Amino acid sequence: MNRTDNIDKINNLNAGYKQFHFDFVSKRLIFLAVAGVIFLTGIISFFTRGFNWDIDFVGGTIMEYNMGRDLSVSDVEDIESLAVEILGANAVSSVVRSGNPAQQVVIKTQDIDTDKRNEIFEALAEKYNITEDDIYRTNNVNPTVGETLTRSTILSVVIASVLMLIYISVRFDFKSGLATVICLLFDLFVMLTVYSLLQISMNVAVIAAFLTILGYSINATIIIFDRVRENMKLKRGANIKFAEIINMSLSQTIARSFNTTLTTFFVLIVLFIIGVPSIRTFVLPLIVGIMSGLFSSLCLAGQLWNFLKGAGEEKSKNKAK
Amino acid sequence: MKKSIAAFTLTVISIACLLSIALFGIRAWKIPGVFDEDGIRLGLDLAGGSAIVYEADINRTPSSAEINTAVAMIRGRLDMLNYTEATVTSGGTNQIIVEIPGISDPEEAVRMLGANAVLEFRDSDGNLVLEGSDIANAVPDYGDIGGGYNEWFISLRLNPAAVAKWADATREAARRPEGENYIAIFMDDSELMRPRVQQEINSDTCTITGGYDRASAEYWAGLISAGQLPFALKDVQLTATGPALGEKSIQTSLFAGLIGVILIMLFMIVYYRIPGLIASISLVAYIGIVGIVLVLTQVNLSLPGIAGIILSMGMAVDANVIIFERIKEELRSGKSVRLSIKGGFRRALTAILDSNITTLMVAAVLWYFGTGPIVGFAVVWFIGVIVSMFTAITITRWLLHQLVGMNIKNAKLYGI
Repeated sequence: MNRTDNIDKINNLNAGYKQFHFDFVSKRLIFLAVAGVIFLTGIISFFTRGFNWDIDFVGGTIMEYNMGRDLSVSDVEDIESLAVEILGANAVSSVVRSGNPAQQVVIKTQDIDTDKRNEIFEALAEKYNITEDDIYRTNNVNPTVGETLTRSTILSVVIASVLMLIYISVRFDFKSGLATVICLLFDLFVMLTVYSLLQISMNVAVIAAFLTILGYSINATIIIFDRVRENMKLKRGANIKFAEIINMSLSQTIARSFNTTLTTFFVLIVLFIIGVPSIRTFVLPLIVGIMSGLFSSLCLAGQLWNFLKGAGEEKSKNKAK
Repeated sequence: MKKSIAAFTLTVISIACLLSIALFGIRAWKIPGVFDEDGIRLGLDLAGGSAIVYEADINRTPSSAEINTAVAMIRGRLDMLNYTEATVTSGGTNQIIVEIPGISDPEEAVRMLGANAVLEFRDSDGNLVLEGSDIANAVPDYGDIGGGYNEWFISLRLNPAAVAKWADATREAARRPEGENYIAIFMDDSELMRPRVQQEINSDTCTITGGYDRASAEYWAGLISAGQLPFALKDVQLTATGPALGEKSIQTSLFAGLIGVILIMLFMIVYYRIPGLIASISLVAYIGIVGIVLVLTQVNLSLPGIAGIILSMGMAVDANVIIFERIKEELRSGKSVRLSIKGGFRRALTAILDSNITTLMVAAVLWYFGTGPIVGFAVVWFIGVIVSMFTAITITRWLLHQLVGMNIKNAKLYGI
């Protein structure tokens, strides 16, 4: 067996291989500036554009019918005036076409009861000759239910973040846990920015999108920190700065970071291109989320850990004096 | 060498079998395939159907007994309307969630299910004898009621004011000839039962017997109790999806999944070569196992759930990517292929464990906080993470070792 191993060694073609190395830590101000710009964009967007809250959060009714033929703009106007006639102008939020070709109509109103919903269907059925089979969906949410959803979304993000902080503090150290959680919140912030900028509807799937990216972002950072942990052990005793260990670890894991993002990106982009509308609105923030996860794990996480560690050491030095 | 070839071939054949079981099931054991009608349980957003959330329409928090009664009432109404596949669950402190698959007119159901229950006792001529407000309570009970053995029965208690009325009616009914000597109990104008009256009952308690078992006694007592519910149920949330939309969602998602898998495999093979091929084989095993798990556990698969499966395939190769990058590093440091594979797996393990455990924790949080289709997403994600970790550290490793046994050791084939 030893013999074959030796042969393998001779076959080794990597004598000339030069390992990838990039000084991530010294570029931290550039990365921080990028993060800052994104952060500012988000804040401005939150205040100027706000969010496109779906009925899941604020209550209301959505009815979607298949009209069985291509709808023109005037068709939509007709349907809208029909709905206004039944409900009053204030109760009807929007009437839009949907589908490709646009044969469906989506009517969005305030929270209305069964009788009113039926009235609208009856009116449409009479005018456009549609049947019960053409009811694509009816969603009605009372505002009180929306409040519950808001609460559980916030609570789940908080609890998941705290759990991550605890787990990483135990497996690594508290400062790395803090760095990870800050990055993770940054990723969620980026997603929120996308929701706001593109006015993607904030519906019940938001909670799933948030936690998916939370889990994904944690993975990306852990893989890197695992490497840092290992390198610290390997280089113990050698006089190497922590920043250098971070650089080394980021460089060593960068292929993984990109490749995993890429494979996930493949499936998401396909889903986005050919999925049904509700899948697309779910997937788009995820695509941005994994990009942000890549950025934050490469450009923020390690640097933050380094900074926090440095700050801690500075303090203890001062104390020693 | 020969042994490795045999082991490799056998493993690949096993994985092919696994996939075909997932796709077509095992007829002999009555295990359906994923595409069979009774294979994967589809959520309402895919199969079509309605989910209705009711809330008690009163100003106080209803007691849990009242909620249980309301659940029994809705269950009874669903049975009456022939929606036997529907499920009813209570949620929170004052919510009742009804899910009815394949329903064409959800609005009708909303009205009928949530309305105040109208309970009436009528004699054989159809005269009204008692109303819901006359009943104090109805509970299932167990004991000897004169037959000399213990059995389940329903114990009915009346309000004191109704006792005289009840005595008159039962005296009258007991006097009637066989076949007419009953007082029938109606809910919402449909007859629940027709107990025979043996004698005048001049008391505020009486029993209804009829060879009940525990479940049926609870069921009927619950229905009769619904007559005194002090509130109607208000529908606060309705999600109705027609079957047409669900069908379209499934088709496009499956197509997207297929293309996604092909893209991942191409990428892995081009970038990692031989290990990439192995990862692709593992990915097939992953898909097969997840399919079988979904069929066997009968987890509700929702549209976000399908997105979850497709997403998890992208993430499933993550463990492989971590391992292969490690193997490359070991190779570059001049180690033999065999040692590199061994070392690569060993050194990748902590990273894989830590990242998967945290993901499982997040999925569990989502499982707990999610509602409706989001729960489906969380469950599928959870299953996906466990299965992908398993396939990466067992199947991928096993197959790579067989390759080394087959003397495929040129480092170039390992992506260097």
